[in-house]
Amino acid sequence: MAGKPSKSEIERLPAHQRPTMREMGRRSEAAEHPFRTLPGDDGVSGSSPARAPTPLTWADLWGRSTIVIARSGQKEVVTAACRHALELGLRPGMAAAHARALVADLEVLDAEPEADRAWLHRLALHAARKWTPIAAVSGPDGLWFDLTGTTHLFGGEERFCRRLLDFLKRLGFDASIAIAGTPGAAFALARHGGVPITILPPGTEAEALAPLPLAALRLEASALATAARFGLDRIADLYPMPRGPLARRLGLATVERLDQARGMIAEPIVPVVPFERPEVLRRLLEPIGTPESITQVISDLVDDLILLLRQRGLGARKVALTLDRVDGEVESLAVGASRATRDGRHLKRMFALRLSKIEPGLGIEAMRLIVPHSEPLGASSVAALIEDGARAPDLAPLVDQLVGRSGPSALFRIASRESDVPERAVKQVEPLSEPQGWPAWKRPARLLARPEPLHNVIALLPDHPPRRFTWRRQDYRVIAGDGPERIHGEWWRRPGELWAVRDYFQVETEGGLRFWVFRRGDGVDQPTGDLTWYMHGVFG
Amino acid sequence: MSSPLPLPDRPSAEQLASLRANLSRSCATGGPALAFGITQIDDRLVDHGLDGTGLHEFAAATASLNDDAATTLFAAGIAARFASNGGRTVLWALSKFDLYAPGLEQVGLGPNRILYAQGSKDAQVLAMAEDGLRDGSLACVIAEVKAADMTATRRLQLAASDGKTPMLLYRRHRTRGRCPLSTLSAAMTRWRIGCAESSRLPHPGVGRPRWSVELVRQRAGNPFTLELEACDEQGRLAFPATVANRAATRRRAVAQAA
Repeated sequence: MAGKPSKSEIERLPAHQRPTMREMGRRSEAAEHPFRTLPGDDGVSGSSPARAPTPLTWADLWGRSTIVIARSGQKEVVTAACRHALELGLRPGMAAAHARALVADLEVLDAEPEADRAWLHRLALHAARKWTPIAAVSGPDGLWFDLTGTTHLFGGEERFCRRLLDFLKRLGFDASIAIAGTPGAAFALARHGGVPITILPPGTEAEALAPLPLAALRLEASALATAARFGLDRIADLYPMPRGPLARRLGLATVERLDQARGMIAEPIVPVVPFERPEVLRRLLEPIGTPESITQVISDLVDDLILLLRQRGLGARKVALTLDRVDGEVESLAVGASRATRDGRHLKRMFALRLSKIEPGLGIEAMRLIVPHSEPLGASSVAALIEDGARAPDLAPLVDQLVGRSGPSALFRIASRESDVPERAVKQVEPLSEPQGWPAWKRPARLLARPEPLHNVIALLPDHPPRRFTWRRQDYRVIAGDGPERIHGEWWRRPGELWAVRDYFQVETEGGLRFWVFRRGDGVDQPTGDLTWYMHGVFG
Repeated sequence: MSSPLPLPDRPSAEQLASLRANLSRSCATGGPALAFGITQIDDRLVDHGLDGTGLHEFAAATASLNDDAATTLFAAGIAARFASNGGRTVLWALSKFDLYAPGLEQVGLGPNRILYAQGSKDAQVLAMAEDGLRDGSLACVIAEVKAADMTATRRLQLAASDGKTPMLLYRRHRTRGRCPLSTLSAAMTRWRIGCAESSRLPHPGVGRPRWSVELVRQRAGNPFTLELEACDEQGRLAFPATVANRAATRRRAVAQAA
């Protein structure tokens, strides 16, 4: 194995000349699973706009520095830099061109503040479910947790911090945590403390903050600039200053921040509130299995749910019924409403239609109703109910009932589409929409599925209706005709329709049969069509 | 002479009065009839129009597509007139969708007035129609079926009178040459529609279409046959003004077309 270099030899090489891991014979790295991410229990779907975390990249292994830049005006500014980049002297706030000039081998990414905010919000929601009831996003890069009385559940503050860091590391994030008596002190120590975990004993905020820079106090940019002019750069410099002149020079907000950090003024955290799906549950004393008893329990559950929805001002679009059977199986049944509803009778009727799909087995011991999809629904005024019958009645209950009977695709309306070609002028829309009509050109009541060719057509060119034709092996003599109605092909849909023309005629034959026929081509120009005739519909 | 003893099984006067009141009430619950606005039809119908709470059946005179389209438009025109008061919706239940909505709009049944319900088979179509009837929020229900027996039509008739919604049942041809109206039914009226030659215009062109409208059966009334002009934009039929002159005009039209 003469060609194999030793470890010290490899480390002496510059970064770009080192052999790859595979060349060195290590097939498997302890890399994170690429699809592992937050569990999807915090109301955010998996396809969130957030970037997928990159737990352990080759760039990390090889020490390639990465910076994130954002464009502000004409200038590109570094907004964040990785650890290696920081070691190399790159700092947030530098011009991107400067950073590129300093470090040649630099990975540059665009900043995505929206995605960062989404990630932070998601993490806050996760924290509010798992660790503490009060969690909030603080600034563009931090989270606040109110840990009062919660850390003992995780083995103490120290242990909680380590678990939290591990959790974030699994997600691919570097973090530093500070636990302090005030949100302001925690904010300052977490960002400027310099160690991953800082746990501050209560009452020592002023001493701990003293050596930190003024920026740790969340001051405004103008106050920071003024303080720099006065030569104030540590928080300790502010302590001996008289408060009145300080407030006049640096603004009242500065004094307030200082007092908040030292715990002299309260600073409440506005927590994020995770949305909880309305859910009602009934556990049964004895297992039930008869349709009557199941109907009764469903009815009770729906009554409970209506109360809950009314309290929260919601209307249900989808209601799922879950039945826990004695043998451990779980049955579920869902009904959807075409419009947000809080009508108990309507929900009960929709469940009654689906009742036959329940298999109680040996018995059902618990039933619950969950509303996975709800919408805000305010109270409706009584005046709407006692108004005269001039208003059209609401169709939503009927639509739900019919959809429950025949499936969601069975019910539709036909709306107009902006096209002159007859078969393209219609489209199916939702049953509760209000579609628009068509222009008043004469149209048949029923259209053939596709135009059928006519034979033995005798017609005067270019623009007379046919005099006779054969369709479906039957001869027709035309006694009257209207037309042509010329419809041009839609070249923006298909290139073959660039020159295509259809001339539609309405004809009446002997015996009073009225047809809608067309000829391909305008009868003058060859590219418009081959002058064949087609039947497209019948008039009444 | 002693007065005859009252027979025990004979109903008393009060009972009879209450029965009569019941009967008159149930007769009166028949909703308002929708008049055609044509005296020749309205005078011959028992209700002077179509009962707003009953089942009415329609069928094409032949299995041809033209008669089929005429029947569709005839029913759609009636539905449009039912829907026009109050701006309510018509449910059109069918199993095979080949309607062309722009054509229906031209007899007054705009796209915002029709709700289509497509079932997989006739039984499902009838069930959806019955749901729509009992709901009571619709102006009218139209169902297209190929087969509906006495039980099905009686159910529809009961649902229509319960929900106070008119039911128009369009019975399509199953086998060529056999009229679908030959089977028994509980319908209030049964109509058979066919195409007829339109009146000739003094210039080249197709005149207002005409239909031969045949009332095959009505409850407590006589059948009749009429030739009528087709529905206009509000779904109203018209009685042709010049029936007597048709032969002459037709000859002239043929001469013009030739």
